[in-house]
Amino acid sequence: MTRVLIIDDEPLARMVVLEYLQEFKDQIEVLQECGDGFEGLKAIQQLQPDLVFLDVQMPKINGFEMLELVDNPPAVIFATAFDEYAIKAFEAHAVDYLLKPFSKERFNKAIEKFLAVTPATNNIAKNTETLLEAAAQSPAQNERIVVKTGTKVKIIAVQDVEYLQADDDYVSVITPEGAFLKNKTMAFFEKTLDPRQFVRVHRSYIVAISQITRLDPYEKDSHLAILKSGAKIPVSKTGYVKLKQVLGI
Amino acid sequence: MPSVVDALLSAVLLAVACWLINNNLRYYQPDKESYFYLFIWCAALSVACVAGTRYILPLFNMGQVYFNFLQQSLIIRFFTTFLALGWMAMISALFYTQLDNKRTEQRKTEAEKLARDAELYNLRQQLQPHFLFNSLNSISALIGFKPELARTMIHQLSDFLRGTLKKDEQLLVPLNDELAHLNLYLEIEKVRFGHRLQTEISCDKTCGEAKLPSLLLQPLVENAIKFGLYDTTEAVTISVRAEVEDQYLIIMIQNPYDPKTSRPRKGTGFGLSGVQRRLYLIFARNDLMETHANDNIFTTIIKVPQL
Repeated sequence: MTRVLIIDDEPLARMVVLEYLQEFKDQIEVLQECGDGFEGLKAIQQLQPDLVFLDVQMPKINGFEMLELVDNPPAVIFATAFDEYAIKAFEAHAVDYLLKPFSKERFNKAIEKFLAVTPATNNIAKNTETLLEAAAQSPAQNERIVVKTGTKVKIIAVQDVEYLQADDDYVSVITPEGAFLKNKTMAFFEKTLDPRQFVRVHRSYIVAISQITRLDPYEKDSHLAILKSGAKIPVSKTGYVKLKQVLGI
Repeated sequence: MPSVVDALLSAVLLAVACWLINNNLRYYQPDKESYFYLFIWCAALSVACVAGTRYILPLFNMGQVYFNFLQQSLIIRFFTTFLALGWMAMISALFYTQLDNKRTEQRKTEAEKLARDAELYNLRQQLQPHFLFNSLNSISALIGFKPELARTMIHQLSDFLRGTLKKDEQLLVPLNDELAHLNLYLEIEKVRFGHRLQTEISCDKTCGEAKLPSLLLQPLVENAIKFGLYDTTEAVTISVRAEVEDQYLIIMIQNPYDPKTSRPRKGTGFGLSGVQRRLYLIFARNDLMETHANDNIFTTIIKVPQL
């Protein structure tokens, strides 16, 4: 039995999925329907479903942001009405997606595809990872960072970020309100944050350009960036070159 | 030598007077009745110029003969200066009126173009992304278990699309028409979002006939829904209030929002900024739209002058 969650903010959109799933009721069990990303996140963590039908545009946090917060993401079939960037991301990464409104035939195909590949579940996590990275390139996606603090979800506007610091397997996002951990790599943020606003100045640091008040020379080839908050960020030799390029000096 | 000084001084004074007249006309154009004041203004400036020569030239100590000549030529000086200034004033007035006309014309064509763009944008907005596809998806769901409702929704959707397609040559439409169009849109959104979306529209009898640019409200309400609904997981009430006050139609649109999670409000090019731009192009004023955000309520107010 495949255990399934349906996450969509429009009740009628969930109805369609429910109706189409009737045919598969011997193989597929619908665990729950969720009306937003928070509910969805909770349900995924509690119920550990095998498959999730996920809408992209939802209140508070969207489908991608929700998925970023899940530790072991399940297989996902996305459903969206229209989103150029999302579709590009889907096309590039083997996860299946449905464009609303979708036909029964198209839906069945997606289900069959899922049922056929399900034994090789182990690369779902990797697929989801690369998908999220691709989705994060979209302009709508890189305006904020969503993190989990304990059981709560915190949404950080990108303009509130002072700098990011590598922290073992995590990245620490430093804001005036404090530091938040996100289970992503520095490379991920370097790729997805706007390069005109954020520069990786050091192997372990990405800094918001708007926060820099001063650049002081420091030992040999390196520099120190002094931020508005007073924080001192080491700038490596290559980081200094990048910084000079962006600042046009 | 005295004649050179005289010539230079007269020329400088005349130039200053011309500059004054020209500058004056640049910022203030007299209507037909007040050309008389322009005449007086020219005369006064001429007197000032002549007085200038009369009292400054003697300072150069050029002898009694020249002074006598100066005294005698004052009247002639006055008339020449007056003629020159009058000429200058006429040319300036013509030039600036022309320029003004040209600008008004330009604004008008741009306003028309923008109205067309708004129409096109609206069309694209409904024919392409979320709204249309999601509505069709809702209809697809309704066909399964409430075919009657599906049919109603198809009719609403068609009426709404027809409304946006309607080639409207006239720029201004009565508020009643605009609200009817808005209602179609809201009805469809309500089917999609169910109980989560509630609306309050209030408009007293007097303002139903008030005029406003067509398709102005829908982008504003769409914006309110987008930010209202996507900022919260609770039910949301969007309110639209209209009243007429001092020759203005005032429309206030309110939606709840969450300042903590709200995405930075970047205009989609046509959301709020598009409406402001259209108001500017039609009425040549920049103060007709304002937004406030407080107590978790976002308010957009537009004022439409009633001509």
